[in-house]
Amino acid sequence: MALNRDFVGRTYPPSAPYEVSRVKIKEFAAAIGDNNPLYRDREAAQAAGYPDVIAPPTFPIVFSLQSGGEALVDPELGLNLAMVVHGEQRFEYVRPVHAGDELVMTSTITDIRTAGANELLTVRSDIRTVAGEPVCVTYNTIVERGGAG
Amino acid sequence: MTATVRYDEVEVGQELPAAEYHVRRVNLVMYAGASGDFNQIHWNERFARMVGLPDVIAHGMYTMAQAGRFVTDWAGDPGAVVDFGVRFSSMVVVPDDDRGAPISVSGVVEEKLEDKRVVVGLTARSGDAKVLSKARAVVQLS
Repeated sequence: MALNRDFVGRTYPPSAPYEVSRVKIKEFAAAIGDNNPLYRDREAAQAAGYPDVIAPPTFPIVFSLQSGGEALVDPELGLNLAMVVHGEQRFEYVRPVHAGDELVMTSTITDIRTAGANELLTVRSDIRTVAGEPVCVTYNTIVERGGAG
Repeated sequence: MTATVRYDEVEVGQELPAAEYHVRRVNLVMYAGASGDFNQIHWNERFARMVGLPDVIAHGMYTMAQAGRFVTDWAGDPGAVVDFGVRFSSMVVVPDDDRGAPISVSGVVEEKLEDKRVVVGLTARSGDAKVLSKARAVVQLS
């Protein structure tokens, strides 16, 4: 079933603050097999000019879909989550995420389109600190396989 | 942030030495836990086949993270990556064995921008399949 185009342009309320911890960054770095000391060693990170350990570039995926996540399970949208795979992903950074950040996401569905037999849905998430400082913007496109049929 | 690569020493067309990573089932379990993405297509072979996949597939974000590691290792400072985007063009099928699936990543400097930034075009393959396309990172060099 085609996705409901009425959802394009919907912006969801800001997420609850996500608190970035050293432990979570270390866990994420271990999961991707990356031993970079700037992800684990606070002194090394500070020597490189950061306030604390920084996160790998793809780390915001851990929380960036949370504020838009409710849209994806809204039956009105018509998404079959069992058929979903990731289509595209982009991170645009103002600065790296680091431990101690408290981040708030605001997500908007920016596009829904058909590509062959599939439906594609794009969510943009603006990520800022609780104080309002912009940190990064993520663009996430998911594919519903066979959704256009 | 301080990249160890100097803008003046980089040329358009310069290739970054390729690297190969391996993804095994245990990596997917770890990644599911770390990322919170517990979609069954990444760890449940029965479910993956039921929805028409050949086997369990890696999270696209796991593959993207390997391409990210390739760039951050080159740049010398992960904070130097200011823009990073990919399209997931093919799936990385992860067999239930000790070796897992290979992900080989290579890169080329495609463009020199202002403010000591460069565009690195990335390619990631697993076996015969190109698993990332339109993959590019903008890196702030020294």
